[in-house]
Amino acid sequence: MAAASADNSAIETARAAPHSSQTVGSPALSVQSLRVTFGTNQGTLTAVEDIGLNIAPGKTLALVGESGSGKSVTSLAIIRLLAGRGRISEGSIALRGKDGAVKDLAQMAEPELEAIRGNDLGMVFQEPMTSLNPVLTVGEQIAEPIRIHMGLSRRDAMLRAIEMLDRVGIPAPAARARQYLHEFSGGMRQRVTIAIALACDPVLLLADEPTTALDVTVQMQILNLLRKLQAEQGMAMLFVTHNLGVVAEIAHEVAVMYAGQIVEQGSVREVLKTPRHPYTRGLLACVPQLGSASALKNSGSPLFSIPGMVPSLRDMPKGCRFAARCPHAQPKCTVDTPEPVLTDTGNRVRCIRWNEI
Amino acid sequence: MTDKAAFLSVSGLTKHYQLGGIGRRQTVHALDDVSFSVARGETVGLVGESGSGKTTIGRAILRLIEPTAGNITLDGTNVTALSTGDLRRFRKRMQYIFQDPYASLSPRMTIGEILTEGLILQGVRGKEKRRAMAEAVLQAVDLPRDALDRYAFEFSGGQRQRIGIGRALILEPDLIVADEPVSALDVSVQAQTINLLRSLQQENNLTMLFISHDLGVVEYVCDRVIVLFLGRIMEIAPSEALLAAPRHPYTRALISAIPNIDPDAPRDRPALRGDIPSPANPPSGCVFRTRCPHAIDRCATQVPPLEEVAPDHYKACIRDDL
Repeated sequence: MAAASADNSAIETARAAPHSSQTVGSPALSVQSLRVTFGTNQGTLTAVEDIGLNIAPGKTLALVGESGSGKSVTSLAIIRLLAGRGRISEGSIALRGKDGAVKDLAQMAEPELEAIRGNDLGMVFQEPMTSLNPVLTVGEQIAEPIRIHMGLSRRDAMLRAIEMLDRVGIPAPAARARQYLHEFSGGMRQRVTIAIALACDPVLLLADEPTTALDVTVQMQILNLLRKLQAEQGMAMLFVTHNLGVVAEIAHEVAVMYAGQIVEQGSVREVLKTPRHPYTRGLLACVPQLGSASALKNSGSPLFSIPGMVPSLRDMPKGCRFAARCPHAQPKCTVDTPEPVLTDTGNRVRCIRWNEI
Repeated sequence: MTDKAAFLSVSGLTKHYQLGGIGRRQTVHALDDVSFSVARGETVGLVGESGSGKTTIGRAILRLIEPTAGNITLDGTNVTALSTGDLRRFRKRMQYIFQDPYASLSPRMTIGEILTEGLILQGVRGKEKRRAMAEAVLQAVDLPRDALDRYAFEFSGGQRQRIGIGRALILEPDLIVADEPVSALDVSVQAQTINLLRSLQQENNLTMLFISHDLGVVEYVCDRVIVLFLGRIMEIAPSEALLAAPRHPYTRALISAIPNIDPDAPRDRPALRGDIPSPANPPSGCVFRTRCPHAIDRCATQVPPLEEVAPDHYKACIRDDL
């Protein structure tokens, strides 16, 4: 294999222009009224409903929530990888492709989707060891989508693979491309999955808990890397996480999910500094913060906690789904499902009492 | 670091594993020469990344694994010297809370059987008496009495972890090793569990080793913190001092790497270079030196001793100028 510095004009021509040059304001991804249902023996269950998201090129939206909130179902529905009996029963998923054409992923058949996944749409998951192939060299795995989607020759695809390894910060990329996954550490493996996801210069990168399995010092390396690559390539990013600290580090916008709905959505600054939904407030208060936790302990006060637990999909309460755990709930909260309303700070909040509390 | 008045005292604790076949034997250094002490009623945090040795310390103290070298003394009894029979009787004084509330509860036993198994092993006679004790402990961990005849799958993660806490407490131990007890839980449930653990600890004057990778939780729960890297102690300090004025470069890097929830905090903070070295081939001298931004030549030749740099504040770093 030639060195990474070999002539790669073929690669340069095959590469699309940075997406940031596209029309400002037209989102890379626009999800409207998405509903996902699962057929079960006891009937149809709705896992998520009324999901609306827009992500502009070069921006990151974080989808945050606890287990069972529906954040992974939402992200899997967007890339059309819902398992088993899960299906999209309502809504649209508009992706503006590399060619500028808008396609509705919700209406697409599998062969069309295969042309988009790994191409316009890059994916990074939590466990690099389960999303990568242990019997292929790392270089082959990065080169595969490049050959399929960009039509490069084996040799040119491998050169591009080595270039990608270099860009994700793997030293001696040409030698590393010939190695197998077991020769890589956890952090290095996640860099490989990022190299694969970005190899075809996608318009959207979906990152589902990409740093959850990593140690904090390595997590920080990966977050810094994703920020750098986004600045270089201009892709939009949908970042799924349960960690509000990670949201603050990586995202521009955030959507907080609870029991299958987005309960609060807005800029990261507004949502984290002036949360309006009682659930968002509770989530923020639950986590002991470095530096202020000692003072809290010394004052003898317990940690703030949200009583009770998330309702079951089989038994969703009427009205606001958070009402049973909410300190501000009133009888009217359990009558109608609250619609998202726009607040004075530009957040969208699914709470009828947001401006009284 | 060892103190004669200490309730729990660990000195020179070392755990090596032998790996590989003939001709390519390797020694994995899980723990090397770890010494510290804990006062009665104190909560001490063990923090560090994967492979730092925090779980190995917790398990070695209860002799769930046998240390390669070193001594462990609990309330004057040399735990490392106990015979198998004496150890079994002594175990009621020290109990373990496991991280994974799904893997650590048998799916085939009722909650009552899980809670009373330790009582039977410790020779507590009388089925009615054991059942009454189990009911009392369920009440203490905020679970209904009818849980006794149900199985673990009927409970949520947070409820299961409370069962795990109940199982540890029913023997009325003096020492609890809580190994990442809230890491598998969602944050809202995490807070409930931490509050429960703290109130039970205060009521029962428990001594606790709290193993965690979450420094925010550690700051809230612990009186003192021990920072580990690759099987060695880097720094020991009261939790407030450790977070406010960390002295070891590793502690500083660890704190800086924690995602900051403040949207105005600076981004792109410098990350530590590289990965955690292999414990089968740890760096010479200071084990942190290959990732340390302040390493000098002497760090490769000298194992840094743990030295007091402020009252009750120790660090293992030869750079006094940091």
